[in-house]
Amino acid sequence: MKKLLIKSGRVIDPSRDYDQEADLLISGALIEAVGKGLKAPAGTETIDAAGLIVSPGLIDMHVHLRDPGFEYKEDILSGARAAAAGGFTAVAAMANTNPVADDLSVIGYVKERASQAAVRIYPCGALTKGLEGQELAELGRMQIGGVVAFSDDGRPVDSASLMRNALQYAKGIDALIILHEEDLSLSAGGMMHEGSVSSLLGLRGTAAAAEEVMLARDLLLLKHSGGRLHLAHLSTAGSVEMVRQAKAAGLNVTAEVTPHHLLLTDRAVKNLGYSTNTKVNPPLRSELDRQALWEGLLDGTIDAIASDHAPHHPDDKDVEYDFAPFGIAGLETTLSLMLNELSAKRIKKLNLPLLLEKLSTAPARILRISGGNLRPGNPADLTLIDLKQQVSVNPDAWYSKASNTPFAGHRLTGAAAYTIVAGEVVMKRGVVTEKEPVLHG
Amino acid sequence: MQALRRKDILGLEEISAEEITLILETARSMREIMQRKIKKVPTLRGRAILNLFYEPSTRTKASFELAQKYMSADSVSVAGASSSLVKGETLKDTVRNVEVMGVECVIMRHPVSGAAHYLAQNINASVINAGDGMHEHPTQGLLDLFTILDKKGHLEGLKVVIVGDVRHSRVARSNIWGLQKMGAKVVLAGPPTLMPPDLEGFGVKAYDRVEEAVENADVVMALRLQKERQDSGLFPSLREYAEIYGLTEQRVAGAKEDLLIMHPGPINRGVEISSSLADSPRSAVLDQVTGGVAVRMALLYLLLGGIKEE
Repeated sequence: MKKLLIKSGRVIDPSRDYDQEADLLISGALIEAVGKGLKAPAGTETIDAAGLIVSPGLIDMHVHLRDPGFEYKEDILSGARAAAAGGFTAVAAMANTNPVADDLSVIGYVKERASQAAVRIYPCGALTKGLEGQELAELGRMQIGGVVAFSDDGRPVDSASLMRNALQYAKGIDALIILHEEDLSLSAGGMMHEGSVSSLLGLRGTAAAAEEVMLARDLLLLKHSGGRLHLAHLSTAGSVEMVRQAKAAGLNVTAEVTPHHLLLTDRAVKNLGYSTNTKVNPPLRSELDRQALWEGLLDGTIDAIASDHAPHHPDDKDVEYDFAPFGIAGLETTLSLMLNELSAKRIKKLNLPLLLEKLSTAPARILRISGGNLRPGNPADLTLIDLKQQVSVNPDAWYSKASNTPFAGHRLTGAAAYTIVAGEVVMKRGVVTEKEPVLHG
Repeated sequence: MQALRRKDILGLEEISAEEITLILETARSMREIMQRKIKKVPTLRGRAILNLFYEPSTRTKASFELAQKYMSADSVSVAGASSSLVKGETLKDTVRNVEVMGVECVIMRHPVSGAAHYLAQNINASVINAGDGMHEHPTQGLLDLFTILDKKGHLEGLKVVIVGDVRHSRVARSNIWGLQKMGAKVVLAGPPTLMPPDLEGFGVKAYDRVEEAVENADVVMALRLQKERQDSGLFPSLREYAEIYGLTEQRVAGAKEDLLIMHPGPINRGVEISSSLADSPRSAVLDQVTGGVAVRMALLYLLLGGIKEE
C-alpha cells in the first residue's frame, strides 16, 4: 500500500492534548502511526514538515456551495478547490440551493458531485420543505442517505410550533439541527447592524435583538423538548451570554462564530465607503459584541469557527448597498485570518491547539463525522500549516468563483502549506491538485 | 476665486468648515446674479451636466436645473421612472454610458443610502449628491446654512433645534454635520421611534419634548413627516403627532424672540408645523428655496468652473 511520511513537524492533536515534534506515517488513506523517529520502507514519499504544524484536517461546518442552481456564483468543485486552498479537508454544505436540498434526490446529486471534489463534502439537508418553514422535510430519509445535519440556514424557522415539532422529531432520530437565529419582523429591511454607524450612514439597521429574541425562544424550546441544537454564526454579546447560561444549565447546545464577526465591526461599512462586501447576515456588529464573541470562543461557550462561506458573483455585489445580496466568501481567508490573530498576539488566551480545536476537532464532534484527530487507524485527513508564511488577500487569485470579501488587500501571517485528504495531497503551497475526472457510465 | 479641491460633494460629514465657508461666500455672489434682470453668466458655457433623479423631486430638481441654466451649462435631466433602471440596467452602466457622451458632473438623487458614494467610486465625473436614501442631502444642508447665516449674520453659537423624523431624514443628517462644523449647537426633538437608534456618532442630544428642546433656541427646523411611518407603526396617527410634536406658536414660546422658523419642504400644513407659523414673518421657508439655487450655482462653479480656469 502507498505510504507517505510526514517528517519532523509539530504534531498537534487537540482531541488528546498531543503537541510535540513527531513524524506521522500514512498508509493508503489512513493514518498508520504518529511518533518520533518513525521508520518507513525505503523509497517512501516524504514531506519534510520541519517548521510546519501538522494538524487534523480542518473542517468548515458552514459553507454555501450554491450547487445546484447558482453555479455562476460557485459550484461544488470550485467550492471544494477553495476549501482545499484554504486548508480545509471537509466542509458541510448548506441546503439553500435551487432546488433546495430537502429531498434525497438533491442530496444524491450533491454526493455524486462531491465524489469528484478535492475535499470531503458533507451535505446538510433542509429542515423544512423548500425552506418554507411550513412542513418538516424528510429528515429521517435524508439522514439514512448521509446527511449530517438539518438546517434552513439563510432563514430562521419562524413558527415556534414547527420549531418545537422539529426538535422533538429530530430527537427521535438523534439528528442535529443547525439554526440561523433571526426574528424576521425585527430584521425587516435591515442592511447592517443597528447602532451608531447605521445611524450615521442612514442604512436601515438590524438590531441585536433580532437574533437574541429568536435564540431565547429556541433555547426555551430546547429545554422543554430535548434534542441537539447547533447555533450558526453567533453575532451578539447577548447571544453569547444566553448560550453560556444554556450550557451551564446542561442543555445540549453548541455554537459557532465566523472570522468576520470576530475581526470586524460595523465600522467597516463606513471605513470601506459602503462597500457591499461588508453586507452580511447576521451583520458585522459593535465592538462590544466582537469582544464578547472572543470571550465566548475562549471560554468554550462557542465551540467552533466556521466561515459561513457565502460566495456571490462580482456582478451581484457591484450595485447599490440595499440591492446587494448578503454574504462574505471565507473559505480561502478563514485559516489565515485566524493564524494572523495568533501571530499578532492581540488576544492573550488564544493559542494554536485551541484554534485547531475550533477549526477541526469541535466541528467533527458536533457533526459526528470522522476527522478532528490524528489517531492511528483513522482517515488521513491532515492540514499542514506554516505559521510564518506571509499572504496578501487577493480574491482575484482565488479558486472560489467569488471575490466578495471585506479583507481584500489585508496582509496576513500564517497559511495552510499542505492539505491532505484520505492520504492524498490535494493542495501544496497554495496550488490545488487537479483530480482526474471520474467517468461514470 | 479658489476652487474646491475635491471631485465630489457626497455629504457634509466629510466637508471641512473652510470649504463650507468658501461655498457660502461664493453663494452670496451667485445670489447677486439671480437678482439681475438677465440672470445668466457664461461661466459654465460648454460644460455638460446630468441630473439623474431616481426619486421624485420638484424643488431640488428645479433648483439644480435653474442653477445650471443661470450658469450657461448644458444639462439633461433623466427621471428614474423613465430610465434604463426599469430595463434592468445597473446604475454603473447607466452612468458610464452617459459619461462617455461627455458629461462632467452627475447630480443624483437615489433612494439607497450610499448610492452617491458608489457612483463616485465608479465614474471619473464629479458627483453631487442630491439626496441618498436616509443618509445625506448636502445641498439642502448648505442652503439651510446659507439661509441662517443670511438671517442671523453668523452661525457660531446659535442653538438650532431639528424637530421630527430625524431617523429617516437625510436633511437632518446634513444639517447636523454642517451646523456643528460651523460652530452652532444642534439639538433634536421628537418621538423616540423617529430618532436615529444611536446618536453617539453625531454628538447631539435628543429630547422627547419639543418644548424642552426649543428653550432659548435661535432656529427651529421642522422635518416633513411621511404617512408611511405611521403605517410601519412608528407613531399612532398624524393627528396625535400634530398634537404632541407639531410646531405651533405656543409650542415654540420658550424660544428666543427672533426665532427663525425653517422647513425643507414640502410642508404638511397642520401636521409638523401650523400654517400660521410657516407663513409668519419669522418663517424663512421661501428664503431657503432662493438660497438653494444660489448654493447650487456656487457648487457647480467651484467644482467645474474654478478648476478648469486655473
